[in-house]
Amino acid sequence: MQTSDVTYDHGKGDDLLANDLPSKGAGQSRWQGIAFAALLLAAPSFAGDFWLSVFMMPWLILSLAGIGLNITTGYAGLLSIGAGGFMAVGAYGMYAFAVHGGIENFLVILLLGGLATAIVGFLVGIPSTRIGGFYVIVTTLAAQFFLVWLFGDVPWFYNYSPVPTIALPPTVQLFGLNLTNDPIVSYYFVVVTVIALTWVAKNLVESPIGRNWIAVRDMNIAAQVIGIKVNSSKILAFAIGGFYLGIAGALWAFLFLQNGSPEGFGLDKSFQVLFLIIIGGMGTIRGNFIGAAFVLLLPIVITAASSWIFGNSEFQGLLSNTDNVIFGALIVLILIKEPEGFDKLIRNLSTKIQR
Amino acid sequence: MSTFLETLISGVLTGMMYSLVAISFILIFRASGVFNYAQGAMMLFSTLFFVTMLGEGAPFIVALLIAIITSVLLAVAVERVVLRPMANSSAVTLFMATLGVSYVVNGLAQGILGTETQGLDLGIEDTPIFVGGVLVSRFDLWAAGFSLCVVILLALFFSRTRLGISVRAVADDTAAAQSVGINLSRIWQVSWALSAVVGLFAGMIWGASQGVSFSLEFLILKALPVLIIGGFTSIEGAIVAGILVGGGEALAETYLSPYIGGGLGSWFAYVLAVAFLLIRPTGLFGDAAIERV
Amino acid sequence: MSLSEENIHLEVNNLFLSFDGVKAVSDFSFKIERGEICAIIGPNGAGKSSVLNVLNGIYRPSSGEIIFNGTHFKHFKPTQAAKDGIGRTFQHNALFPKMTVLNNVLTGLSQKSAVTIFEHALRLPRTVRQEKVFYERSLETIRFLGLHEHRNTVAETLPYGIQKLVGLARALVSSPEMLLLDEPMAGMTAEEKKEMSRLIVAISETLNVTIILIEHDIEVVTNLAKHVVVLDYGRKLADGRPEDVVNDPDVIASYLGDR
Repeated sequence: MQTSDVTYDHGKGDDLLANDLPSKGAGQSRWQGIAFAALLLAAPSFAGDFWLSVFMMPWLILSLAGIGLNITTGYAGLLSIGAGGFMAVGAYGMYAFAVHGGIENFLVILLLGGLATAIVGFLVGIPSTRIGGFYVIVTTLAAQFFLVWLFGDVPWFYNYSPVPTIALPPTVQLFGLNLTNDPIVSYYFVVVTVIALTWVAKNLVESPIGRNWIAVRDMNIAAQVIGIKVNSSKILAFAIGGFYLGIAGALWAFLFLQNGSPEGFGLDKSFQVLFLIIIGGMGTIRGNFIGAAFVLLLPIVITAASSWIFGNSEFQGLLSNTDNVIFGALIVLILIKEPEGFDKLIRNLSTKIQR
Repeated sequence: MSTFLETLISGVLTGMMYSLVAISFILIFRASGVFNYAQGAMMLFSTLFFVTMLGEGAPFIVALLIAIITSVLLAVAVERVVLRPMANSSAVTLFMATLGVSYVVNGLAQGILGTETQGLDLGIEDTPIFVGGVLVSRFDLWAAGFSLCVVILLALFFSRTRLGISVRAVADDTAAAQSVGINLSRIWQVSWALSAVVGLFAGMIWGASQGVSFSLEFLILKALPVLIIGGFTSIEGAIVAGILVGGGEALAETYLSPYIGGGLGSWFAYVLAVAFLLIRPTGLFGDAAIERV
Repeated sequence: MSLSEENIHLEVNNLFLSFDGVKAVSDFSFKIERGEICAIIGPNGAGKSSVLNVLNGIYRPSSGEIIFNGTHFKHFKPTQAAKDGIGRTFQHNALFPKMTVLNNVLTGLSQKSAVTIFEHALRLPRTVRQEKVFYERSLETIRFLGLHEHRNTVAETLPYGIQKLVGLARALVSSPEMLLLDEPMAGMTAEEKKEMSRLIVAISETLNVTIILIEHDIEVVTNLAKHVVVLDYGRKLADGRPEDVVNDPDVIASYLGDR
């Protein structure tokens, strides 16, 4: 342990400081991000419509949902099983602004849907500041069940049609384009939205706001002692996480599925998003993309492998449940062996390669 | 007025079912400090097993015994393989692990034993009886009575038997219990085993009235509010809370539905639980020690 | 010891603190002069950490007066204490385990952030500027404590002694007026203790920070502090210069004499 002089040589010190400043230090991950974004934007030129709509779109949208849940659960440590419910708010909110508010700009109602979800997140966050740790699950479950019930029960939300399914009216457009009709256009919209929101998320988690979330998650008392307003930080995590989940939910319903219904946003959806952030890496941005890929691809891979191995339908019963078994086992394995998920494994790998 | 009583009583009796499920959670929580989400899947597995064997022609007692043994083995395996290596993780992490286990067990149960709903006939007719002018389901009464018996047996176990007292000691103060020579590992296994058996009974009763299917697993989603309201460590609390939740749910469904639509049951218990968390976080009978902020 | 009124940084009068009927602190009073180094000593369980926890807002006293910078406080909150310029280290460090040293220290500046969420979200110029200021300030503090080579290391992987310094850096970075140090030298070798003492003196004299520390090593205490307070069973046994306190018969009987 060296004794340092209080006043140090400014000449030498400046160089050292310059190398540590965030703009320099973030170099590597920034290049990764740019390369990734470029790939996404170029995809339509080498991937067919099928790949774009059946895999790329849901993958990007689920990753966005993952970012939202990760902010609340991964960074701020507030375990939320309400992802599905929040996504529903985004979808049904966007629908309400279109149908009851008469707004025809896709982007505007999308953002309004997100805002509505942020407000719901804020409201759910308030009781969770008084309750701690594990019990936050209960408020999020209450929200989950209530919201799904609400959207199926109050006819205003599905414009009084006989079933609570919603689809965007064809008058909703962006710059004269009808987004739901054209797979390429909707793909680009999703890509640009996801890139932009991922960039925003990265800014947030690397700012004092993000550090506060981690501090509150890991050492609540120490965080208070250095002046962090713990309650505000938690509520913010719910609100911002809610915003992302709302946007993801709206995109999922209207650009991917083409319609939304309460069942699609049920507990299974909440678990799906939770699983993807555990597998991908809680407390990371990149991990959400990894986790979403896993969650979408694994069932396809298993079905393909199983029919290749088993071939006939005698084992169908076994097959259809294999995804669940493998997911569950994967979750347990990750939590025991590498709780920081695949993102950490990849980081370890790249550090080894760099040596 | 009789509608009110009938609704209330039916709800209360259902609530005792919730209590039974909640008790199986409490047994694990007191031993391992975790809310075992996999409980539902494990209940489903053992109940499906039981029903399948009955379907294959096995005599009731034999099927029951084998189901009990299987459920105990499953529980002990889960405790050993999943919970033990994670003993130092946070409550949140442990919960997520049990979530994973539930998917595994659920997948196995349905994959091996099939996904169709199976009926379960326990030999009790569901004929209505009149008690003081009010219509009550015979089956519900029987189920409630059975639950009470289980509670009494458990109470006796915990207060009169050596093993039971040891389990309580471990729950109260693990270090002290160890220092008087109690084998922790064995206590954990006993707790999980007991929990599995109670869970099996709960599954059987529920299955007999609603059919044995994967919806059994959702029974556990009712257990969480009961645990919150009654306290995670108290069996008496679970009974009282179960009655509150069951009764409240039934009344809300009957009397509020005309105004706000049906299906309240999905969230009513949870909103009640949230209210309790805000007003009285330790639950009606729970220990203050649970609060972890 | 006479203290001029304007120079009193902190004054505590008749502090009582109880837990479940057990009196942790009884009728505790003392005055701290601006810029001094005061050591609180006493056997384990004497209530020393409890006093610190009260000063810091972590515990609410049952009764008593706390006057900081001339203003009365009945109920502190930790965030309020931080805002008023009271910093604190913990016996077990309480670092944010998964963060690097640099990020741990940066978090110490969160309370000073004057930038809104939207500016953070869109990385507007004000955010970038504030970030640069925070980074420079943090690196300055890190260098001051000799932690520069560890700045990008994840906190939980560091040896205990280095973690202690990180905790100190995190408390120091926000330029507090007063620092509460809870056993800053626990588990250190004689050499390390000398270094830490030198650092504490440097902090006190160069940065003009009033320091209250809990310490067990009497030699360290006599070299470091001009003001010593002795606690036993939650009560103050002695209060004065090290030389006087060390020779106080009550203190010798209950604490020093048993060594």
